[in-house]
Amino acid sequence: MTTSIKQLPDNEQVLSGNGSCGGCPSPMALRIVGKALGPNAIMLLTPSCAVASMGMTPRLAYNWPCINVCFATAGSSASGIAQAVEILKEKGRLQGELPTVFNWVGDGGTYDIGFQALSAAAERNDNIIHFCYNNEAYSNTGVQRSGATPRGSFTTTTPGGKRQPKKNMALLMLEHDIPYVATATVAYPGDLYDKVVKAKSIPGMKYIEILAPCYLGWQFDMPDTVQMSRMAVRSGAWLLWEAENGKISFNNPSSFIVSGIKDADPVDEYVMKQGRFNRLLKGPDAAQRIAEIQGDIDRQIAFMRERAKITI
Amino acid sequence: MKEARVIMDTGAHAAALAVKSARVDVVPGYPITPQSSIMEAVAAMVENGELDARFIPVEGEHSTLAAAVAAAAAGARVFTATSSNGLLYMHEVLHMAAGGRLPVVMCNVNRGIFAPWTLWADQQDSFAQRDTGWIQYHCSSNQEVFNTILQAFRVAEQINIPVMVNFDGFTISHCLMPLTLPPQEDIDRFLPPHKPEWRLDPAHPSSFSNVTNAAEYAPFRQMLSSDIMASIPLVKQAAQEYKDITGMWDGDTIDAYRLEDAEVVAFAVNSMAAELRLSIDILREQGIKAGLLRLRLYLPFPADDIVSALPQNAQVMVLDRNYNFGHPGGILAAELKSVLFGRRSDITVKNRVMGIGGVDLTRRYMAAEIRAMMDE
Repeated sequence: MTTSIKQLPDNEQVLSGNGSCGGCPSPMALRIVGKALGPNAIMLLTPSCAVASMGMTPRLAYNWPCINVCFATAGSSASGIAQAVEILKEKGRLQGELPTVFNWVGDGGTYDIGFQALSAAAERNDNIIHFCYNNEAYSNTGVQRSGATPRGSFTTTTPGGKRQPKKNMALLMLEHDIPYVATATVAYPGDLYDKVVKAKSIPGMKYIEILAPCYLGWQFDMPDTVQMSRMAVRSGAWLLWEAENGKISFNNPSSFIVSGIKDADPVDEYVMKQGRFNRLLKGPDAAQRIAEIQGDIDRQIAFMRERAKITI
Repeated sequence: MKEARVIMDTGAHAAALAVKSARVDVVPGYPITPQSSIMEAVAAMVENGELDARFIPVEGEHSTLAAAVAAAAAGARVFTATSSNGLLYMHEVLHMAAGGRLPVVMCNVNRGIFAPWTLWADQQDSFAQRDTGWIQYHCSSNQEVFNTILQAFRVAEQINIPVMVNFDGFTISHCLMPLTLPPQEDIDRFLPPHKPEWRLDPAHPSSFSNVTNAAEYAPFRQMLSSDIMASIPLVKQAAQEYKDITGMWDGDTIDAYRLEDAEVVAFAVNSMAAELRLSIDILREQGIKAGLLRLRLYLPFPADDIVSALPQNAQVMVLDRNYNFGHPGGILAAELKSVLFGRRSDITVKNRVMGIGGVDLTRRYMAAEIRAMMDE
């Protein structure tokens, strides 16, 4: 049974007052993560919106010790801290419970520049949680394309719409044979909370990717973040799933879509609500472009349905 | 009272023994010739329990130093090692380590840089990192490598600045020399346990390397600049106290040989400076009043010590194993001239680049070169 939003604990690790845009999903998701992790944690960030909005030195909007590390190094930096706190505790120089070491990193620091170090941390199975808040572009630097940008999306470096589909990063992390992988998004806070609680209890490398609709990059109205997040899931453009020790299970409502109990909403409404797609859908090839986007979604659903059947 | 032990050992293994003696907590590592032997030795010591530390086998040098600085931010004593292109690959994180005031100690086994490929020694790799904010030692013997790593930890942790300990690939890293190992109690007396002023601590949430306005950024950089200069007395103090405890001395910021009455002074770093002692003896036998000023601390550049050590009216022959591209000659000559300017107009500076990519530098060759430079 998924924890309801009313049952979430009262503790707040995201303090009031930060530099995010209105409607930004990053602090929204981080707030839920904080309720699950509690105060005994060490947070790593790479250059991103999350750093730009965390408060100027010496102020800090996140109620954890935080370190901003070089862009490509979330994986290796977190390993360094995780190994350091473990050995310091073994040597008696650190008292109390071991803190949870976690990365709060965007899609650039995960899919692209951070991929090598993250892959290596996963292969070493170091005891960390890597959160990717995925807004499907380099929003902090003015919305350039990333490996997470879906086909057909306008960015400032894909002025004619991106021609390639996005990577399935969560699946790539699963194929590193790590103990826990999950996807989540802000419209389903209880689902996210439960996944973080679970990840916290599992030793080794955990990967949680949170779809984070960005009003600036996606070009929708600022108050509609949660609605966009929900539409992404209902259209099947974002699947909620988790995998413990390599065994994939889908979470509601994605489980209904994947199993065929319920049809996904057609992608049209989701796409047409976003300027990043609809500005390119005014020409004569609009139907073909929407069909390409729908095709990528259908293919991913079909692939994940089949991949989930492999349980060895 | 335990006695010191003397063994035969390579420079690379001497470095690993120093890491063990320093009771390091975390060692991230990635292989590159000719550094790999250090990491292999450390990994073996961790595996067999000789060294109570974590070895993190990372996937590249950029990650090596990233893991190292992060572990240091968590409060650990951290060592790593690299060489040549590995050091260049770390460049961004070198800046982060110094700017973040994280006292990592790293060996760089000097090797010429790509392209074209070479495996052998010159100092282009370490000198190219001049402006990253690291303190840089350059060593000329296996013993000095061992001694300097221990001194480096002390200095780094006193002033929260990372320290690079450089020595030549193969000539030092892979050659056997006698190595004196002081008793562990003596080393513990010299290098107390690491007690960082601050670390990533959930009981005291604070941010490291966060965004700053110019009003905060500028003072951070100014402090780094002045603290690097302030490390010179700490380097001297570390060398002196190490000598008081162990009886061993490699010089402090500089190391002089037959310098007092010298009219011709060779100026160099690393293993070629050890060989130069023999060149000086050859020149003295030929009736030339020659001496050696070996630079042990490349950064901060010990201007005052050099200015006061050079004898009156000396001709200084700077032997550079590197290029100062865009200028004639090498980097050491340019550095030396800049500190002498306006302070020692009696000194003449001459410069040769030699030994690039491991070209052999024998005592006779260097003595002949110095002789030829005298006539220029």
